[in-house]
Amino acid sequence: MTTTTVDPLAGTQTSARRRLPTWSPWAFAAGALVLAFLLMLVLGSPTVATVVATAIVLYAVGLTVTSRVVEGERRATDRLATTLVTLAFGVALIPLISLLWTVVKEGSKQFSVTFLNTNMVGVYGQMTEGGVYHAIMGTLLITLAAAVISVPIGLLTAIYLVEYGQGHLARSITFLVDVMTGIPSIVAGLFAFTLFTMVFGPAYRSGLMGAAALSVLMIPVVIRSVEEMLRLVPNELREAAYALGVPKYLTIIKVVLRTAVAGIVTGVMLAVARVIGETAPLLLTVGIIADVNWDLFDGRMATLPVYAYRQYSQGGIGVDRAWAAALTLIAIVMILNVVARLVSRYFSPKATR
Amino acid sequence: MSKRIDVSDLNVYYSDFLAVADVSMAIEERSVTALIGPSGCGKSTFLRTLNRMHEVIPGARVEGKAVMDGRDLYAPEVDPVEVRRQVGMVFQRPNPFPTMSIEENVLAGVRLNNRRISKSDASDLVESSLQGANLWNEVKDRLGRPGSSLSGGQQQRLCIARAIAVKPDILLMDEPCSALDPISTLAIEDLMAELKDEYTIVIVTHNMQQAARVSDRTAFFNIAGTGKPGRLIEMDETSTMFSSPTQKATEDYISGRFG
Repeated sequence: MTTTTVDPLAGTQTSARRRLPTWSPWAFAAGALVLAFLLMLVLGSPTVATVVATAIVLYAVGLTVTSRVVEGERRATDRLATTLVTLAFGVALIPLISLLWTVVKEGSKQFSVTFLNTNMVGVYGQMTEGGVYHAIMGTLLITLAAAVISVPIGLLTAIYLVEYGQGHLARSITFLVDVMTGIPSIVAGLFAFTLFTMVFGPAYRSGLMGAAALSVLMIPVVIRSVEEMLRLVPNELREAAYALGVPKYLTIIKVVLRTAVAGIVTGVMLAVARVIGETAPLLLTVGIIADVNWDLFDGRMATLPVYAYRQYSQGGIGVDRAWAAALTLIAIVMILNVVARLVSRYFSPKATR
Repeated sequence: MSKRIDVSDLNVYYSDFLAVADVSMAIEERSVTALIGPSGCGKSTFLRTLNRMHEVIPGARVEGKAVMDGRDLYAPEVDPVEVRRQVGMVFQRPNPFPTMSIEENVLAGVRLNNRRISKSDASDLVESSLQGANLWNEVKDRLGRPGSSLSGGQQQRLCIARAIAVKPDILLMDEPCSALDPISTLAIEDLMAELKDEYTIVIVTHNMQQAARVSDRTAFFNIAGTGKPGRLIEMDETSTMFSSPTQKATEDYISGRFG
């Protein structure tokens, strides 16, 4: 029994089945970098940017041409597309990493535990003391108040749009939400300022005023994201509940919202992240103050963005404080995001098996 | 616990479009009634009118009568939610609630309605419903696992268990086996044969062998062309329908000489 099994593809397709080794992209990348450096050395003085840019072009051309010769056209196209997609990803990351790096580098000069838990009472001139405790508390209080106002309104509007709304009313609400998304934040601030001045008189300032301004910005974001999430809930689940004799309102509360809760939490967090760094409306409505103000309903409050703005315009040591405040703000947003991730992981539908 | 439904002159609309016209039929209690016919002929639409699921779709409405227990399901004072508690439904694709465990899925009809139930009653109900759906032995050790962890056929039986846990009088099945493999299909067909001792079952199927195997009576729906309403062509004992149908269209469809 020495019959050899004949591979039907053998011989005919050897060239098409030949592959470059898996390490070849790395080798090409290294080679392109070295070549680009030498090229720049010959042409003039090499800088990081020119070397990298030249290397990318050399890499793309070199790998695609080699792959075309060795592996055939389809593989070559695949490699070119992979290169371009990865390049786009890298380009998109550049501003993000550069921003984070700058904030961490500049912010760490003043950043410390003391900075986090002192306020600005009695700090003047070029004193290095002082911190952001009052601004952290102000930002958290005002953002929380804005969320308390926006989330119920946004959630209920989204439920109306997805589960009940038909015809003109729903369409006009959707249109108005779209318009609201585009409102410049300074207009939201002026709106809250005018509203509260009309009701409480000209000298009135409070955290609630800022929260109202932020709500104007936050509500459309909440509506949009919750709406998306509710539309993702399969209709089959609603029908399954109806077929069990469950009334519509209970179906919405116990099936639709329950299924979508992970996405809703994420959407609300995105909305919070959207407004927590707003400066202009808070500058108009709550201003700045040197001490903690725990009363949302009366008096000025400090917030991190306005604090950073004021410190920066003072110059000197204030610039360092502004960077440290920015770092604090980014840290707060990150912590909130992590918490939201944990919450949505806890609530999300259990994975299959 | 089972009841019959007498349908007379039922017209089903999607907005202005007449989808199913002039259906009159008697659905006998403690039996399996199969609805067959080509795609788009309105079988599923008609089935969904029997528990008022049709009107969930915006613009959908119904004219005519469907009398159960001496009461018209479409009388103005009748609450559709109440109808759906008496007429349960199993859908084409298994649709267990993804956020709930197997046990919670079975209890969904109770829990979602905010009805209180004692722990022992709940576990009795879970066991009897799952036994009724022939699923108990396969899942009794993992009732806390998510419903979506089961196979497709098991999920469909879980949906049947969920439907019979609310103790309906009638069970509607909209192509319950079309997403399942032959073995799971057999399991569900066996289940139907058992369930018909207690429930009135109406099943929509595209599988003529299935209709012949499981049903006592068969109704054939047909459509004259696109844009025209589906109509009930004939209805009779299944054995008669498959051996000597009176209408030529029925014979053509059953013998595969359709269209």
